[in-house]
Amino acid sequence: MTPDNAAASVDRFTAADPLYRRRKAIDRAMTAVMFAAAGATVVPLALILFYLFRNGLGAINLDLFLLDPSAPGRGGGGVRSALVGSAIMVGLGTAIGTPVAIGCGVFLAEFGRNRAGTVLRFLVDVLAGIPSITVGLFVYGLIVLPARQFTAFAGAVALAIILIPILARITEEMMLLVPRSLREAAYALGAPHWMTVLRIVLPTAMPGIMTGLMLALARIAGEAAPLMFTALGNQFLSTDLFHAMDALPLRIFYFATGPYENWHQQAWAMSLVLVLFILGVSLLARTIVGSKVTVRQ
Amino acid sequence: MERPELIVQEPIVQAPAAPEPQRRDFFQVGTASGRVERAERRVSVAVEDVSAWYGSKLAVAGVSFEVLAHSVTALIGPSGCGKSTVLRCINRMHEINVGARVEGTVRLEGADVYGPNVDATRVRQRVGMVFQKPNPFPTMSIAENVAAGLRFMKIGTKSEERDRVEEALRAAALWDEVKDDLNKSGMALSGGQQQRLCIARTIAVEPEVVLMDEPCSALDPVATLKIEDLMAELAQRYTIVIVTHNLQQAARVADYTGFILLEQSDSAGHLIEYSPTSDLFTHPRDKRTEDFITGRFG
Ligand SMILES: Nc1ncnc2c1ncn2[C@@H]1O[C@H](COP(=O)(O)OP(=O)(O)O)[C@@H](O)[C@H]1O
Ligand SMILES: [Mg+2]
Repeated sequence: MTPDNAAASVDRFTAADPLYRRRKAIDRAMTAVMFAAAGATVVPLALILFYLFRNGLGAINLDLFLLDPSAPGRGGGGVRSALVGSAIMVGLGTAIGTPVAIGCGVFLAEFGRNRAGTVLRFLVDVLAGIPSITVGLFVYGLIVLPARQFTAFAGAVALAIILIPILARITEEMMLLVPRSLREAAYALGAPHWMTVLRIVLPTAMPGIMTGLMLALARIAGEAAPLMFTALGNQFLSTDLFHAMDALPLRIFYFATGPYENWHQQAWAMSLVLVLFILGVSLLARTIVGSKVTVRQ
Repeated sequence: MERPELIVQEPIVQAPAAPEPQRRDFFQVGTASGRVERAERRVSVAVEDVSAWYGSKLAVAGVSFEVLAHSVTALIGPSGCGKSTVLRCINRMHEINVGARVEGTVRLEGADVYGPNVDATRVRQRVGMVFQKPNPFPTMSIAENVAAGLRFMKIGTKSEERDRVEEALRAAALWDEVKDDLNKSGMALSGGQQQRLCIARTIAVEPEVVLMDEPCSALDPVATLKIEDLMAELAQRYTIVIVTHNLQQAARVADYTGFILLEQSDSAGHLIEYSPTSDLFTHPRDKRTEDFITGRFG
């Protein structure tokens, strides 16, 4: 390199060079665009939280949690029936869906490298894309009509059907993330395939699967559509799995569309409770992911 | 004559005509340790005309060599020549790759590990393996890691298991460092300690042969030295085959050394030369071996 073009190449990196100035400008513009996009994503969440707190916080009191919905136009009352109903149906739906989803995910990860796996994976994705109201209708035809009865059980089944494809794919992905070296270590110790999966791969993937479970649970906790034709809703407290049962999203829908001021306020309050619950579960999921990072090499 | 105690093993197959283990005298003593000379000159592993494929790609071709019991045998060669592949053919780890295939024969104490009715998992219990990167099970404590193989096989009671864990950790020269932390995660250990943990895990199931695939390549020199010292110890009880890219390491630890090289004709790895280590390094018979050990390529 001659001194001459060495000087020229140094010039390239100074503000005097027009090419450099243009690059700098593009860089600034791109950075601004990306900041704007990031902002556009966060602003709705911030606004939602703002409105929920502004409109809902005032209606949060002990009565909300301890009393059942008041009769139309009576004022007062609470949403205990909805809180209890949501806890029962989300819990039962998770309990039904989780083993199926994890089993399906394990199958996809371990035996899904073939045609059958490809087909199953596609079907799971299709199921995940089916509108939740359609799932509700399906369960209505499957369980509610034959039983001639709206039931919490049917609601839980509908929630499970929504949970299964989400959790199955997360399980598969988490299993595939387990380093191959760990499987090899197990094989090299003489463990057969199924034992390697059960004792090594699944436990190693478990924090990730639990995170997925949290996210799926948060998702079904907020679903109203699949419960409309299944659990129906109930203004009285019920813990009977074979009767209509209330749920927070249903109660929000009924109260928000009703004509009474105290209902509207309680709908805001329930929304706030639900969003805080989902936020909490998501944070929990994050801490599990955090612990997973230390476990991974 | 002190002779290491042999672990009595049931044969892999209850085949009627398992051939007698071959015995043969080698013309020369291995390294300075003279270990092989003192030990029984019994062929532990015989690799006979082994070729291995990944899908349609031939990776190694026509490899044959014999490993004497209680010797340390090193496989050297440029990277990508098929050292790991050869090693993984011995304990049938090659076949876990999708589409992988092996031809030829590998005998363990005379019995063909690729024979009909031979269970690959049983072969792997008798031929353990230590990998390039330390890979303790992250969900298990140190003790559980060492006991993992025993639990896979459902061997022993809790107290027997504790004894075996301690014994294996002592044999892997790790006991003193971890004896107060047995319930801590293995991931908290240093790289060298993790690798010794993996060695302990491997020998806890009392294999006959221990395969090591570049066990020190991820370690610092001090940790490397520890593992090299350990190899001489372990050879008292186990037969060791080690892949290494480090020629000095092969010269230091191995009684026998094989040199593998990619041949242009079929772009597959071939065993160019297999000799007592001192011979291979001082009087290589093949020009290509000489080029390699003098650093002219690879
Ligand atoms: N899992 C695999 N799939 C396909 N090809 C492989 C795989 N593992 C190794 N190979 C190929 O086989 C050859 C030998 O590899 P390897 O035995 O790992 O070499 P070495 O251990 O000597 O570096 C290389 O050409 C490599 O690309
Ligand atoms: Mg290798």
